[in-house]
Amino acid sequence: MRGSGKPERESALLEIENLHASVEGREILRGIDLRVNVGEVHAVMGPNGSGKSTLAQVIGGHPAYAVTAGSVLYQGKDLLAMKPEERAREGVFLAFQYPVAIRGITNAYFLRSALNAVRKARGQEELGPVEFMDALEDKLKVIGWDDSYLNRPVNDGFSGGEKKRNEILQLAVLEPKLAILDETDSGLDIDALKTVAHTVDKLRRPESATVLVTHYYRILTHITPDFVHVLSGGRIVKSGTKELALELEEKGYDWLREEAAVG
Amino acid sequence: MTAAVDAREHHLALFKAFAGNGAAGSPAWLRDLRGQAIARFAELGFPSTKQEEWRFTSVAPIAETTFALSHGRDAPGVTASALAPYWIAGPGAIRLVFVNGTFAPALSAAAELPRGVRAGSLRAALASDAELAQRHLARHADYQTSPFAALNTAFLSDGAFVYVPAGVELERPIEVVFAVATDGEREALVAHPRTLVIVERGARATVLESYVAPQGGVYWTNAVTEIALAQGARLEHYRIQRESREAYQVATTHATQDRDTVLRLHPVALGAALARHDLRTELAGTGGELILNGLYLLRGRQHADHHTVIDHAQPHCASHEYFNGLLGEQAHGVFNGRIIVRPGAQRTDSKQTNNNLLLSADARADSQPQLEIYADDVKCTHGSTVGPLDETALYYLRSRGLAAETAAGMLTYGFAAEILGRMEHAAVRDELDRVIRGRLADRTRGGRRGAT
Ligand SMILES: Nc1ncnc2c1ncn2[C@@H]1O[C@H](COP(=O)(O)OP(=O)(O)OP(=O)(O)O)[C@@H](O)[C@H]1O
Ligand SMILES: [Mg+2]
Repeated sequence: MRGSGKPERESALLEIENLHASVEGREILRGIDLRVNVGEVHAVMGPNGSGKSTLAQVIGGHPAYAVTAGSVLYQGKDLLAMKPEERAREGVFLAFQYPVAIRGITNAYFLRSALNAVRKARGQEELGPVEFMDALEDKLKVIGWDDSYLNRPVNDGFSGGEKKRNEILQLAVLEPKLAILDETDSGLDIDALKTVAHTVDKLRRPESATVLVTHYYRILTHITPDFVHVLSGGRIVKSGTKELALELEEKGYDWLREEAAVG
Repeated sequence: MTAAVDAREHHLALFKAFAGNGAAGSPAWLRDLRGQAIARFAELGFPSTKQEEWRFTSVAPIAETTFALSHGRDAPGVTASALAPYWIAGPGAIRLVFVNGTFAPALSAAAELPRGVRAGSLRAALASDAELAQRHLARHADYQTSPFAALNTAFLSDGAFVYVPAGVELERPIEVVFAVATDGEREALVAHPRTLVIVERGARATVLESYVAPQGGVYWTNAVTEIALAQGARLEHYRIQRESREAYQVATTHATQDRDTVLRLHPVALGAALARHDLRTELAGTGGELILNGLYLLRGRQHADHHTVIDHAQPHCASHEYFNGLLGEQAHGVFNGRIIVRPGAQRTDSKQTNNNLLLSADARADSQPQLEIYADDVKCTHGSTVGPLDETALYYLRSRGLAAETAAGMLTYGFAAEILGRMEHAAVRDELDRVIRGRLADRTRGGRRGAT
């Protein structure tokens, strides 16, 4: 589904082929093909209910979604054979469209546990509470938070935007190779949006890549995507560059549905 | 039925013996009180599961056991070192220890108290502070409706007495420990410990009650606690129930809150084969605030029943009630939360939640809210949940790199930690945190052992 680019296999971070997935017996993804190379930013757009979050959750390893056909390779390895925690430790990060509240567990404890799980898998030393707080200082600054958010239970009683910021904080702390951001820009104020853009930009290292699921052109003015894909009815019906996003902004999705129906 | 009648006769006979010797020297008003209470117990008898309030909890095991009064029994095995692992409040605490219902000064840690503060034996207070004791005893805990409160009142002889005079802010916590010693006893013992806490105008205190049995065994604790807060008083009250897992505990906690008081109650139930706690607070003055923050953590065949009543008798009061239950193996948790908003109690702000986590397929929880609202300008919400660990939450944690088992452990701990998080005394909170982590780790090991 890529228009052009570097076809060498070793640069591929994520290769999705003919992916079919269903939830509760209903087929949602109906043949997705997508290749994401290191260093790239892909935007995935599409109408409500088209399967964007389903795609993200299948990559994350959500147990409720059953893959019925197709394959997903991550760094050349079978991603679908890996448990969610193994995927995370290998560098896959999914920012949830609806982040989950964890009662009774402070953000600090959660973040440190997650970071240490990932560090351990990478063969790095685990961080104690003090070292962790030191390491966290800069990341907090980036998202404009003080310590108070660290002592609160994870996402419990957080506002919509605060939950999204918390996903960004996790992203910044865990430093994944493949970041999938499911509407992380929705519900964010202008400053927070810039923060997301900044964080994603910083992640734009030669060895990593980002998939942005979004409804809005606005975030793409901060992070220029290499590719824009439109998901509709569980398939990618069109791929292009940033200009496609602008076109969607003006025309909506109906013309694509018609085009897909005809073609 | 005959067993229940026999049991009633048995306790009446015990009372006869008790009234005839040790208790004979008491003041007349106390002898009268005991006499009225035992008469009321004789009328009420033990409750049956046919009574709505006792639908989920059968006290047959208590009624069918022949108990001997623990009062006055020697307990050479209950030493300071045997009790030390059970301290909750840390080295700075004022500690009152009761063994088999009797004050044990040698095991207690007295301290120089601010002028007018009393923290000691109720038996002593009956003589030294007779007027105060008489004014409050049995005025908050109603024995007319409860056979267990009646029985406790009938056998009232010792317990803890805490008095904080007006304006005194007591920094050090007062830790009251009720220990039952079962060693060398051929009969099962029954203890009727009594606690009276009075916090006067504008005063502040932290009080813990702790129920322990270093030697384990079968016995019955039938406890009553009365709490009186005068205008502007603040009390942080912990109740840590760690009875033997073969024991029975029936408890009654009744509090009365005057104007602008803040009461924070933290009942934590970890022990006993069968536990029932009736907890009632009356917001009897405007501007009162109640935090009722409870936890029950059960396993094996443990059964714990919490019946709470929050009585909004006056306007502009707030009550926030949170009870979390963690139920493993075949444990059974019962929660009944009644909230009464009396006519005229406008601007009541009341919130109740009861969440139950079922850690095994055989665990069970029954949760019942009961709202009785007779005023119109009020905000009352309630919610309860019963179920296993949340799949989405588990997945969320795993998607951040945590192993499935770690994620499950974290969610389970979080369920308890949510309650701990509302406890204000840091040393107490930390110690309880340690106790609960230990319990949960123990559970996991037990589970693995069970699987092999
Ligand atoms: N757990 C589930 N149970 C039942 N149906 C589901 C479940 N998850 C997703 N679906 C259905 O699958 C379809 C695709 O949902 P998905 O969340 O992937 O859409 P989306 O493209 O992310 O939409 P949005 O833009 O609104 O976030 C929807 O029709 C949705 O109702
Ligand atoms: Mg979505």
